[in-house]
Amino acid sequence: MTGTHLSPLENRLLADWQHDFPLEARPFARVAEQYGVSEETVMAAFEGLQQRGVVGRIGAVYRTGTAGASTLAAMQVPREHLDAVAARVGAFDEVNHNYERAHPMNLWFVVTAPDTERLDAVVEAIEAETGLSVLCFPMEEAYHLDLGFALPER
Amino acid sequence: MELTETDARLVAALRDGLPVTARPYAALGERLGLSEATVLARLTALREAGVVRRFGAIVRHRALGYTANAMCVFDVPDAGAADLGRRAARHPGVTLCYRRRRAAGWPYNLYCMIHGRDHGRVLELYEALADDLGVAEGARAILFSRRCFKQTAGCYGRAAAAGSGAQRPDGARGATVMAAR
Repeated sequence: MTGTHLSPLENRLLADWQHDFPLEARPFARVAEQYGVSEETVMAAFEGLQQRGVVGRIGAVYRTGTAGASTLAAMQVPREHLDAVAARVGAFDEVNHNYERAHPMNLWFVVTAPDTERLDAVVEAIEAETGLSVLCFPMEEAYHLDLGFALPER
Repeated sequence: MELTETDARLVAALRDGLPVTARPYAALGERLGLSEATVLARLTALREAGVVRRFGAIVRHRALGYTANAMCVFDVPDAGAADLGRRAARHPGVTLCYRRRRAAGWPYNLYCMIHGRDHGRVLELYEALADDLGVAEGARAILFSRRCFKQTAGCYGRAAAAGSGAQRPDGARGATVMAAR
């Protein structure tokens, strides 16, 4: 499978604006200035990237623990119940990044909440609703510099 | 840094992303009853305080063809974990590297995400990483992703937003199911 083709401008936008998108009144005009193109061109490019799903959104990534509580969590779900359990888990607003992985520990997700009390309550509610144990793996230390997604060699 | 009530509402509103329009911060402010200047001042403060670790385009690697994605887990001594983690983070293909708390029945404490264009390439990168870290086969595992049931922004700040009556419309969220490969 090959990915969607990126224009040279799109490539530049992805390389340059994952970290410090301008915080000023007309950010797209500021971005456009860097490449000698128009504000409209940059806005159209971002719209195109979003429509094709390359860019999920222009938004913020928060430092873990500063804007709430979060943990990675996993469940070992019998294969025949996986779809149903995944749907129930995903129905919680506090759950994101809900994935099936190829391992006996097969359902992985992230729980985020405004505080640890709410986080614990959500985990308990998931266990109660599914009758399965939830293992939690809170982050203790990060070792990468999160510079966004580097576009590796194609 | 404590989030103010205004910050919490701003964080909640940003879950849907910045609107692509000439004055996006003014548009965001309009939804929240805040001025453009206030929105910019608060976001700048959050960014400078490091609460916002990065602000910009959130790229979906899958759409770019990086469809093979594996979580690689290692059981390493806690004392040496930081050195190994920093070493792993420099490896090609490793996009995230964390030390996490172990749990009963799950001995692994070092987590690396590896993204690649195909399964075989990711496996190669994993074997090279394991070799370099010196972790024997019994003390590690690779978990390829199969299906993504849901991928959304975290919901920090949501409770505060709901408390202030600024309940967000729910159209953008829910159980998004995408084929992972």
